[in-house]
Amino acid sequence: MSPTDLAVQEKQASAHRQRVVNDFSIQVATVNGSGSQTANMVLLRSVLLMGVPVSGKNMFPSNIAGLPTWYTIRASKRHYIARKKEVDFLVAMNPETAKEDVLTLEPGSAVVYDEPLKLNALRTDLVFYPVPFDKLVAAVCPDAKLRRLVKNMIYPGVLAKILGLDPKLMEQALGKQLGKKAKAVVLNAAALKAGWDYAEATFTKQDPFFIEPMNETAGKILIEGNAAAAIGCMMAGVTVVAWYPITPSSSLCESLISYMKKYRIDKATGKATFAIVQAEDEIASLGMVIGASWAGARSMTATAGPGISLMGEFAGLAYYAETPAVIFDVQRVGPSTGLPTRTAQGDLIQAAFLSHGDTKHIMIIPSSVEECYTMAQEAFELAEQFQTPVFVMMDLDLGMNNWMSDAFTYPTTPINRGKLLTEAKLKELGSWGRYTDVDGDGIPYRTIPGDHMPPYFARGSGHNAKGQYSERPDDYVENMDRLNRKFETARTHVPKPVVQNNPKAKVGFIAFGTSHYATEESRDQLREETKVETSYFRLRAYPFTDDLVTFIDAHDRIYVIEQNRDAQMRQLMKLELSPERQTKLRSVLHYNGLPIDARSITDDVLAQEGYEVTKKTSRVPGAGMTGGE
Amino acid sequence: MATPVKVNRIGLEPQVYKGSKTTLCAGCGHNAISERIIDAFYEMGVDPRQVVKLSGIGCSSKSPAYFLGGSHGFNAVHGRMPSVGTGAMLANNKLIAIGVSGDGDTGAIGIGQFVHLMRRNLPIIYIIEDNGCYGLTKGQFSPTADLGSKLKTGIVNDLPPIDTCALAIELGATFVARSFSGDKKQLLSLLKAALAHRGTVMLDVISPCVTFNDHEGSTKSYAYVKDHDDPLEEVSFVPFFEDITVDYEPGSTQEVTMHDGSKLYLKKIEEDYDATDKINALRRLHETARRGEFATGIIYIEPDRDDFLTQLNIVDEPLATLPLERVRPGKEALDEIMEGLR
Repeated sequence: MSPTDLAVQEKQASAHRQRVVNDFSIQVATVNGSGSQTANMVLLRSVLLMGVPVSGKNMFPSNIAGLPTWYTIRASKRHYIARKKEVDFLVAMNPETAKEDVLTLEPGSAVVYDEPLKLNALRTDLVFYPVPFDKLVAAVCPDAKLRRLVKNMIYPGVLAKILGLDPKLMEQALGKQLGKKAKAVVLNAAALKAGWDYAEATFTKQDPFFIEPMNETAGKILIEGNAAAAIGCMMAGVTVVAWYPITPSSSLCESLISYMKKYRIDKATGKATFAIVQAEDEIASLGMVIGASWAGARSMTATAGPGISLMGEFAGLAYYAETPAVIFDVQRVGPSTGLPTRTAQGDLIQAAFLSHGDTKHIMIIPSSVEECYTMAQEAFELAEQFQTPVFVMMDLDLGMNNWMSDAFTYPTTPINRGKLLTEAKLKELGSWGRYTDVDGDGIPYRTIPGDHMPPYFARGSGHNAKGQYSERPDDYVENMDRLNRKFETARTHVPKPVVQNNPKAKVGFIAFGTSHYATEESRDQLREETKVETSYFRLRAYPFTDDLVTFIDAHDRIYVIEQNRDAQMRQLMKLELSPERQTKLRSVLHYNGLPIDARSITDDVLAQEGYEVTKKTSRVPGAGMTGGE
Repeated sequence: MATPVKVNRIGLEPQVYKGSKTTLCAGCGHNAISERIIDAFYEMGVDPRQVVKLSGIGCSSKSPAYFLGGSHGFNAVHGRMPSVGTGAMLANNKLIAIGVSGDGDTGAIGIGQFVHLMRRNLPIIYIIEDNGCYGLTKGQFSPTADLGSKLKTGIVNDLPPIDTCALAIELGATFVARSFSGDKKQLLSLLKAALAHRGTVMLDVISPCVTFNDHEGSTKSYAYVKDHDDPLEEVSFVPFFEDITVDYEPGSTQEVTMHDGSKLYLKKIEEDYDATDKINALRRLHETARRGEFATGIIYIEPDRDDFLTQLNIVDEPLATLPLERVRPGKEALDEIMEGLR
């Protein structure tokens, strides 16, 4: 590309655009296994260190090396951390997708690309910054074998110069990312500098995008939801963990292993205050959890949809024999193998009723990494208090992406192990039956092996209030009704929704999990663009609390926003609502595997509200690849 | 003066070790096994309050209700008892686990969990009450049915059997034995030795199904098993708490010291048999199977290998009851983690 070309483009591209400060998204298109994740994290953390609210989302293939992957970084002075559908700044490193990536950009966007790809020939309405990455990396990395990995550390340097990131902060971010690997730090720092120097010597700024220092991120941390949940489990005093590797939940247990090895080894003996077992499959994982919980341990597993399907029979056993179990479901796209590395909220109905017969389970639904941490702890409390499985419904977006958050606070309350029979309680009761409801809340007292209290024979077959085998119709009904009573008690103990009631609003939004961020942003868009006021009910648990009915009654129309095709949460609601209330419910559904974005919600709601909506594009940048299996 | 009540070394009466009344068929081999379990736990002076009884689904899996009524029990789902037992032992390493399975529960639906249980060498006594058929669903073949064995209906089994003992040895179990529900003496010795072992005990007990698999043409009938029982050795067990010395001719008997100091004496019937030699054990199993016989007794034993809980380096106290201060790291730990994420 000649300097004249640049000048021509400058006129076209920047003429219609104002300076855009701290409010745009960067998409990096690379090949997985090329070290780009480290580079992206350095970029992300640099923006955070600049004091600018930021989020990062990885869209990666189900593959280890060689396939296209996209990473989106969104800087937002208004704290919008949902995915933004439009890409403002593209870094095109992958020859395979570069052309399509460039063609889907909005006019006025900017592109840093690998020079030999000659992408500037494709469009005249973009700003192009060609960088000869191979030449630059050769100069800073003498070892040819390492060049493939180091090459990707050049683009953060280039972007830093173009966007105005502080190179000192970028070096700090690099240090954080690479830790004690001194040799790697030196090599990558040289690559960062090479990128910066090249940009400084070669480019004049033509795009409108700038990062300027703010003071919005002091004390904030960056963490993946899976790691946050792991910390929560450790603080909850988990002692037995059984798991089977599956994307996107593996890193939950892997983080847990590393935290536990560091913080849960007895100083005096050097021995572990925990057992973590990689089981032979998800069936065995839950079996071990049930055995451990039955024997009194705080126990958990983590999995994704296919694992949940396999756990069905055991989930019913835990429900019916009444053993606690904490099950993290980091949801991915189904059905079947589906899109293993893409996000969804598609396991709701499956988890709510997992197993045959009349079975139903408690689900709690974190929206943020902070809630992954706190709800992990709540899950153990609920599981032990209600002696039943508790599903923590996360998703890939929450579990595997890095999120900005306030630092987590140390738990202030001791743990509650629920109704364990004691000598004193037994004396007070006179007699004890394992499944006898003595308090009227449906929750019986339990004993655990080795506690030298009266034993019982736990079983998945029919049993009476004393825990004896029984096929008697009255015993069966009495027990099932008590289990129902227990579920009703849970309704008043699960996490309450977070409700923002707007007295001017006729429209109410119900969202949960990671849909929260796009929902909040969409509410702002609706208010600012079309003066549509909304109330917002952020659901956090199943069974639903009474607040749901109150919220529905206060509004004319309710949009249930969810990331699945079949409106699963709305269906769960309909099971409990009167026909009049059911008719108020509408759906906003997003299920293409990418995290939900505000514009999609806004457009969908406006269309259903009777507004004219022009669909801008059906193509989603960085959507994914075909073939390659 | 009343006659003194018979008690064991921890002062408990035999009655304490009994369970509820069996609901299995009269003459079922499983009932004989339950009785030997009661005897063994009584004679070894095991505290029933420390025992967990585990099972899957099937006739065999009902039997834990019929022994050790003073112990906790868990009748889990079909073929998945090993994982439940594993979880229980992880939670509390002071428990003594006895799992009862059947040949279908182990060899068919549960073969996956069985395989991995054997690999882990979890401390558990795993008993297969092996009758070669599904009793509770009226007599279909199970995977341990021998080639050529005939059902009551005349159907002949044309698939090779799974030899659970050979499989267990191959996979790493450290105490593998086979017995016959009708051989009271051998079975009792094996069960007592099993209680002295720390690691996985895999005990396959041929236990004829009187209702569906006790006819001519079946290789798991009482008559057939009696005729084809091929004991490898005479098993004598001397628990650590009994001061008995056994004299034997050098070379005639193999002496094995168990984890708790108990002694196992294996008086050789077949001269060259060495129960600590894995390859030899597998060869012998194949040879006897080829002859249509059952090699019984201790087939393989490895008393010293670390069990699963030792390998996991778990603290000495049960994980289940560790106090809060030992399972919740202090605030400084959380602060350190948070600092690392800024």
